[in-house]
Amino acid sequence: MTITAPVPHSTQQSDLTVTNLTRIFTAPDGTETRALVDASFTAKPGEFLSIIGPSGCGKSTLFNAVAGLDQPTSGDISINGSPIVGQQGHVGYLLQKDLLLPWRSVLGNVTIGLEVSGVSKKRANEIALPMLQAYGLGEFVNHRPDQLSGGMRQRAALLRTILFNRDVILLDEPFGKLDAQTRATMQEWLLDLWDDFQKTVVFVTHDIDEAIYLSDRVIVMSPRPGRIIAELPVHLDRPRKPAVVTSARFIDLKTEILDLLATGQN
Amino acid sequence: MSTIELEKPNTATAQVGAAMVALSDLPRRAPRVRSRQLFPSEPKGWLVATLAAGIVIALFATWQLLADADVVDTFFWSKPSMVWDSAVIAFSNGTMLGDTLFTFTSTIAGFVLGVVGGAVMGLSFWWSRLYARTSEPLLIAVEAMPKLALAPMIVLALGIGIESKIAMATALVIIIQVLNTHTAVRAVDRDLQTLLYSLGASRWQVFTKVVVPSTIPSVVASFRVSIGLALTGAIVGEYIGSQEGLGKMIQFAASSFDISLIWVGVFTLGILSFVLYLAVLLLEKVLLRAIRG
Ligand SMILES: Nc1ncnc2c1ncn2[C@@H]1O[C@H](COP(=O)(O)OP(=O)(O)O)[C@@H](O)[C@H]1O
Ligand SMILES: [Mg+2]
Repeated sequence: MTITAPVPHSTQQSDLTVTNLTRIFTAPDGTETRALVDASFTAKPGEFLSIIGPSGCGKSTLFNAVAGLDQPTSGDISINGSPIVGQQGHVGYLLQKDLLLPWRSVLGNVTIGLEVSGVSKKRANEIALPMLQAYGLGEFVNHRPDQLSGGMRQRAALLRTILFNRDVILLDEPFGKLDAQTRATMQEWLLDLWDDFQKTVVFVTHDIDEAIYLSDRVIVMSPRPGRIIAELPVHLDRPRKPAVVTSARFIDLKTEILDLLATGQN
Repeated sequence: MSTIELEKPNTATAQVGAAMVALSDLPRRAPRVRSRQLFPSEPKGWLVATLAAGIVIALFATWQLLADADVVDTFFWSKPSMVWDSAVIAFSNGTMLGDTLFTFTSTIAGFVLGVVGGAVMGLSFWWSRLYARTSEPLLIAVEAMPKLALAPMIVLALGIGIESKIAMATALVIIIQVLNTHTAVRAVDRDLQTLLYSLGASRWQVFTKVVVPSTIPSVVASFRVSIGLALTGAIVGEYIGSQEGLGKMIQFAASSFDISLIWVGVFTLGILSFVLYLAVLLLEKVLLRAIRG
């Protein structure tokens, strides 16, 4: 896919630092769920960082805290050193569902972030239209979400996240519900997008191949109570070809992650 | 492979084998041959209209024939030809048009006030659970009360002019509209609201961009019931005390034993309510298109 996108010139880059983040849910009857325990990591500016871990290990809980939607029990979160705990609107966040507004067109959906930020509809459309063209949604601009395939819905949701125009974006299992073929296409598409926009990406997945193939670094989490048990750099050159999954380095890393996930500890 | 490993599958195979034999011994129903489609196709519009009109004409014709044959007592039931004559007189030199317009106006005014007021109040419950939870039982109590019983009081308080008719129409519509809207508000997808909050939206933005558009379809769906209620309210108001309107006209006809004129009033009301219903369907379409555009 060759793309000539209107990339903004002054792409800022930011880091995201999470320090000793703990979230304990207390049910009305007093029972406690330790969803996330003492998680610390840093996503470097422009880095593609994946988080992998079994279902229920607190990945979405972590993201909700970073997005300011949930108050952590303890710990700090900061972007470029300034604390953001409990504040919304610092990061672009693609939740586990695509959450496209069913009554809005694709154009109306991808511009909602700008709209909420107070950008005029006209200006927002001027910015969004060429991007929709460049990133494969040109013919669906006026379609409703329910007229789109799963892959196209996910593209729209991702572009909505990009167009919110924040330096750090969180993607929670964005390709989890897609078939293998569409998933592969979407991975390439996401890498193109990341290349063009140089965002700091934190990407949650439970697909090990996907985590390694996309990322600069992979964080592995243990089953509940969720802890970070390893941070593994991915030493594979970019741009990566799909065939890289058969390389020795790739397989070694995959084996290591499989072991970590199987034992649940480092 | 060891023998022990082989034995296990063998017992399983024996059981499955017996089940398979039993299954193949079961009788099979003969295949069914169908000459028609699985789902009946939609009839043509003109056919439906013709049949409906045919039924109406047949009813009136039967009525006329039975009355002419003295089977039906025209003193109590009148007959179509007499009703028609009454209608011609009532519309040409009576107050019929004015009465129709009066009832139409009070119904529309009551409908709009009730629907808008109800929707606004129902939507306002989104802002505070405490306010919503406190109001709901009170509203249900008011709704359970037969509001028609309030009519004499409302007419005494607001007079025999159009105000009391509008008030009755509004009273019948508003509470149902509040409760329906509140139900819709509670059903608004929390995740969509969360998405807006994640974009740093204010509560007002979440309200206008998610809550209102989500609830419009169910708010609009209750319009159809509300328009009928508004008409009922207006008519009851007129029964209690009025100088104009179809309700007053029907009462006047009844007090002078003019059965034909009662029928004229009733049929006019029927046509009026049908027209209002069609108008509401149109309004529904327009509003739904507005939020989808
Ligand atoms: N609001 C909540 N109240 C209570 N428990 C919760 C809540 N949200 C998540 N949990 C629990 O926290 C754990 C982690 O959930 P989550 O972060 O969604 O996991 P995942 O890694 O699959 O995204 C789960 O056991 C879940 O049941
Ligand atoms: Mg999750």
